Amino acid sequence: MKHRLQFTGKKLIRMILLLLGVSIVTFLLMCASPLDPLQTNVGQAALGTMSQEQIAKLEAYWGTDTPPLERYIGWLGDVLHGDFGTSLLYRQPVLTVIGQRLAGSFWLLLSAWVISGVLGLTMGVIAGACRGRWPDKLIKGYCLLISSTPAFWLAILLLLVFAVWLGWFPIGLSVPVGMDAAAVTAADRLRHAVLPALTLSITGVANIALHTREKMIDVLESDYVLFARARGESEASIVLRHGLRNVALPAITLQFASVSEIIGGSVLVEQVFSYPGLGQAAVTAGLGSDLPLLLGITVVTAAIVFAGNLIADLLYGVVDPKIRKGAARG
Amino acid sequence: MRSARILDKGIKSRTIRKRRREEKDTNRRLQTILFLVAAIVILTAVTVAGVMTEGYAAETDFSRRNLAPDLQHPFGTDWMGRDMLARTLAGLSLSIRIGVLTAAVSAAVALLLGTASVVFGRKADAVISWCIDLVMGIPHILLVMLISLACGRGFAGVVAGVSLSHWPSLARVIRGELIQLRQAPYILAAEKMGVSKLQNIRRHMLPHLLPQFLTGLILLFPHAILHESSVTFLGFGLSSEQPAIGVILSESMQYLTTGKWWLALFPGAALVIVVILFAMLGERVRRLLDPSSVHE
Repeated sequence: MKHRLQFTGKKLIRMILLLLGVSIVTFLLMCASPLDPLQTNVGQAALGTMSQEQIAKLEAYWGTDTPPLERYIGWLGDVLHGDFGTSLLYRQPVLTVIGQRLAGSFWLLLSAWVISGVLGLTMGVIAGACRGRWPDKLIKGYCLLISSTPAFWLAILLLLVFAVWLGWFPIGLSVPVGMDAAAVTAADRLRHAVLPALTLSITGVANIALHTREKMIDVLESDYVLFARARGESEASIVLRHGLRNVALPAITLQFASVSEIIGGSVLVEQVFSYPGLGQAAVTAGLGSDLPLLLGITVVTAAIVFAGNLIADLLYGVVDPKIRKGAARG
Repeated sequence: MRSARILDKGIKSRTIRKRRREEKDTNRRLQTILFLVAAIVILTAVTVAGVMTEGYAAETDFSRRNLAPDLQHPFGTDWMGRDMLARTLAGLSLSIRIGVLTAAVSAAVALLLGTASVVFGRKADAVISWCIDLVMGIPHILLVMLISLACGRGFAGVVAGVSLSHWPSLARVIRGELIQLRQAPYILAAEKMGVSKLQNIRRHMLPHLLPQFLTGLILLFPHAILHESSVTFLGFGLSSEQPAIGVILSESMQYLTTGKWWLALFPGAALVIVVILFAMLGERVRRLLDPSSVHE
């Protein structure tokens, strides 16, 4: 138990250091940008007509008059007090904006993550078990096609077919247009989330399925499976009792590693469906040079990704007795 | 007895399968090489055609606005009367060129860092591993966006963004491979005979790594191309005057609801085909170069 705690502690410290690194890198990249936030948001024409005082005021608002190091240290100090600063575009605390946006994206991300994981695992197991026959070829072809398709184009296609032609689903946003916030029902929200979630699930499957398939083939060629066959075990029982158990470990890694991909995909998909989620806020913040917001979003998403990795590391011990004992020995 | 018979049967069918495989082997090799040549010819043709039609792609003609696909304009025309086939070709060509450039830079960075983490001892290794984890922790799209912003968007932004964000996975593979190789008897023997570290790497390790490196390089293209178009689509990449697939698709978004499906369908499908060609190319090269699967 003590070793497990030590292991977790070490991972946590590494995670915090990595988050610090992420914030520094993001900050440096934003500061290095030659794009002037004043030009982007106020416009050249408006700037030309302003007095020096007004410009100086704006510069102070966008923070372009303070040296980067000072700004970063100030930001870091505030973060330690739980304050991520104020979003310059939304004029609200960054944490509030992120909280609202994350609440919008959360079910979208979660459902896509679960569906793509379960579907990918099933497809990978089937393909591996039927290696070389038609189900395998079909699944492999599908994975090749999907992993070569840009997520945003797939989103556009689905939008075109289901929203414009068939009219089954709304074209965008997360709630009906022009409706009172109180009058929006859960069914409305669901209808708006179906297409984005579908897009994300479809694209997330390929990677998991292909890797599970490889692992399944390895397992089925092992000596213990040959022995099980020799004992007369049926193919179905071999796949379920020997295959699935041995595929579980890499499947966990893949499933938690896919968090990063799903978040990345959601940036594109939310943009296409104009779905007001975290990804869309990131794009808005990036285009409008909203440093505090973009910094906050990057740190929060990185924290989610690292937390996913940490959970995967901890789950290994639960799933695999070999690792559990190995870790206990030190 | 029953189990023995089943085992026997299994072994027999395996040997038969092996023999059949050997008969097909030359054929498969030839097929693969033919496929490689065909794929390279197609991709080169698209690149060259795109460069040549770039002028025509930018030509506006308001007498032929928003035409649905017909024989004269197989991909239709857009709201400024530009021929979509020419625009798509030009966009693909640009994508392929950016993809090749960024994949090459990424692979070079991966090779350098992967080697450095093995050569320069534990501390360097720790730093480089930390960097790999760091870059992998930020979702790709966000990182490309950030780097592109730092370089002021445009062509330079996209190229820097994609090439500086795609090296970690390959670097990790190279590092793992080199760590294993370091313990190989022939490397240890060479070390004992007084071959210097760098010489050892150049003469004994890198040739061993070449197949994996080449495959990794080719398999980087699809990712690079997809991310280039995605970032351009979001507005962080190539500017809207350039005939990039991302620009075409983001423009098409405004005309979707009015039923102009050809603006989105054909350019996207063409991009998918190019990416699939690259992915299959990488897969075939891997099979050809990898000694353990060359006879499959």
